[in-house]
Amino acid sequence: MANKIPRVPVREQDPKVRATNFEEVCYGYNAEEAQLEASRCLNCKNPRCVGACPVSVKIPTFVSLVAEGKFADAASVIAEDSSLPAICGRVCPQETQCEGSCILGIKGESVAIGKLERFVADWSRENGGVKPVVAPANGHKVAVIGSGPAGLACASDLAKLGYDVTIFEALHRAGGVLEYGIPEFRLPKDKVVAAEIAAVKALGVKIETNVIAGRTVTIDSLLDEEGFAAVFVGSGAGLPRFMNIPGEHFNGVFSANEFLTRNNLMKAYRSDYDTPIRAGKKAVVVGGGNVAMDAARTALRLGAETTIVYRRTENELPARKEEVHHAKEEGIQFAMLTNPVEVIGDENGWVKAVKCIRMELGEPDESGRRSPIEVPGYEFEIETDTVIMSLGTSPNPLIAKTTAGLETTRRGCLVADEDGATTRKGVFAGGDAVTGAATVILAMGAGRKAAAAIHKYIQG
Amino acid sequence: MYKIIKKEMLTPTICRMKVEAPRLASAALPGQFLIIRPDEQGERIPLTISDYSKEEGTVTIVTQQIGASTAEICAYAEGDSFCDVVGPLGIPSDFTEIPAEELAGKRYVFIAGGVGTAPVYPQVKWLHERGVAVDVIIGAKTKDLVIYKEEMEAVCDNLYICTDDGSEGFKGLVTAMLEKLVSEDGKVYDQAVAIGPMIMMKFATLTCKKLNLPVIVSLNTLMVDGTGMCGACRVTVGGKVRFACVEGPEFDGYLVDFDEAMRRQRMYNTEEREATEHHTCRIGRGK
Repeated sequence: MANKIPRVPVREQDPKVRATNFEEVCYGYNAEEAQLEASRCLNCKNPRCVGACPVSVKIPTFVSLVAEGKFADAASVIAEDSSLPAICGRVCPQETQCEGSCILGIKGESVAIGKLERFVADWSRENGGVKPVVAPANGHKVAVIGSGPAGLACASDLAKLGYDVTIFEALHRAGGVLEYGIPEFRLPKDKVVAAEIAAVKALGVKIETNVIAGRTVTIDSLLDEEGFAAVFVGSGAGLPRFMNIPGEHFNGVFSANEFLTRNNLMKAYRSDYDTPIRAGKKAVVVGGGNVAMDAARTALRLGAETTIVYRRTENELPARKEEVHHAKEEGIQFAMLTNPVEVIGDENGWVKAVKCIRMELGEPDESGRRSPIEVPGYEFEIETDTVIMSLGTSPNPLIAKTTAGLETTRRGCLVADEDGATTRKGVFAGGDAVTGAATVILAMGAGRKAAAAIHKYIQG
Repeated sequence: MYKIIKKEMLTPTICRMKVEAPRLASAALPGQFLIIRPDEQGERIPLTISDYSKEEGTVTIVTQQIGASTAEICAYAEGDSFCDVVGPLGIPSDFTEIPAEELAGKRYVFIAGGVGTAPVYPQVKWLHERGVAVDVIIGAKTKDLVIYKEEMEAVCDNLYICTDDGSEGFKGLVTAMLEKLVSEDGKVYDQAVAIGPMIMMKFATLTCKKLNLPVIVSLNTLMVDGTGMCGACRVTVGGKVRFACVEGPEFDGYLVDFDEAMRRQRMYNTEEREATEHHTCRIGRGK
């Protein structure tokens, strides 16, 4: 029986070694391992995994092809629904999506769909890639704001339908969070991100960097002066949050966004790049999401003894289990039920400690998680010279402020319906700009939906 | 790539460059800034915009060699190109939003310190073109470091130059000059604008407070992306956290916590000093 085969483990870099470098942690499957793992798939008549995938990749079809060793065909099947498979195979939370709904997972271990997707994408890239299938040009121009997952997915689908698509990117490199946020050791920049973006460009998509929507151009100027028939806004998450506790502006306190942008986009970890970064000897990372894990593992690699401070318990950590597991393996300390109340500085204004208070879990709050409550009088200090705040983001108001008729929610996110249509005609939006900080794949799903809606709107 | 059309040295350490950036030039307004990344390995360096021409599609920057990065920018030659130039960033000066009729009656005084004189120029020019009375005080260490003298004379009502050593104009600080103008010469101003080193803006603000004169300052904080994403530029203004890149760079001087801002500005000083000492020139490799 196929399902008697245990899930094929994936090879990884030794934790002790990888804690000192920025090379990718996971090596991925080789062809033999991939075929064996793919053979575990039951090829369900009603595949729940497809429904659980935000971009509806035809999972059993591609997995069967992998089992048969038809890797190029498998890549073509994935390419019909996903423009960034090597990225998704690495950073999607498969355990809550495709793999989370795999029948095999009920009694045993689910098929390693993510690792298989990654294998197929990597194999395809190294063997010439998927030949793009693009409809003849239809003469309509569409502008996409932001070259992150939402924008790339939207642009790819529109280009395949024959649209003349230009992506406007505020930073100097395309990729959005894939470039500035997710570290090299989880998502290699040149090998994977740049290659998948090149594949999007091969569909005919143009990318103009150094253009800030709302400053360099406006949505109105794109629609009225530059002849774009529609605009998709996938501008991403926005401004980092801080705790508003005393001492938060001492030198040595950073947002996770700053810390990661310096390291990833600006490549501060490399001695041949100019941008400085400071992880100190001891770093405290505040927060429990994937970004907190990335920041902590980066600080560790830069030589800091690193502790993650989180106000709930390990069970409530919003980060992916795999990331938490990897962080622990690498030697990151986890101080749970701990919340900073003050950052303490030295006489020169540099951080020297974080004063924290012990927490305990009370009644469940509106998120369904038990809310943390302070234990009165139970305060203590953690000595540190670097504090990295990873508390999420609040929306960047720039585009909403400079575009008439574009409404925002009370929280400042762009208002958009199921298909991404905003309150302004011809303007669509998706990804973190609409939902607040979420995942790469949800942003891609939103980008694809909006592409379909834009197609309908223009052909209307 | 963004080509340097023209380069000139205003002083031995301050250079002026006119750079091709058509989209930026057609959107720029007084008070805004830009970011330059000279080459692939370079930092993103925020710089004020000293002038812009929609017709030519160019922006003008003025840079003083202070650290490794600014020295690198100054080492570029006419005809070379920068890898990246992005902007305009930040909110334009308040007065660009004031209706013309209301603005016409106002009297402005600008206090410019060192290389900060350059970004003062487009503001004064903009006001002058709209018939607003503008006086300008320029402060520099010595005569040879005074920049934008002729340009400024052409667009302001009165120009006052102060040097620390008295080699040109008034011997003393810009704050003393401002105090003299208001207290002794009976000048009346509705609004002051101070742009220069953080320490100068701090003391200019204190003087303005004493003279009961509202003052706007332009904060040159640390930045990485310049679009609000990183928070490196955060400053405390009126007790609240503000991001200089998207909510500034101009703020009400009375409300700025200058001491904190100056301390934060020095965050990477050790690293920068090392970079200056170990800097290997890479000019030319990006072309």
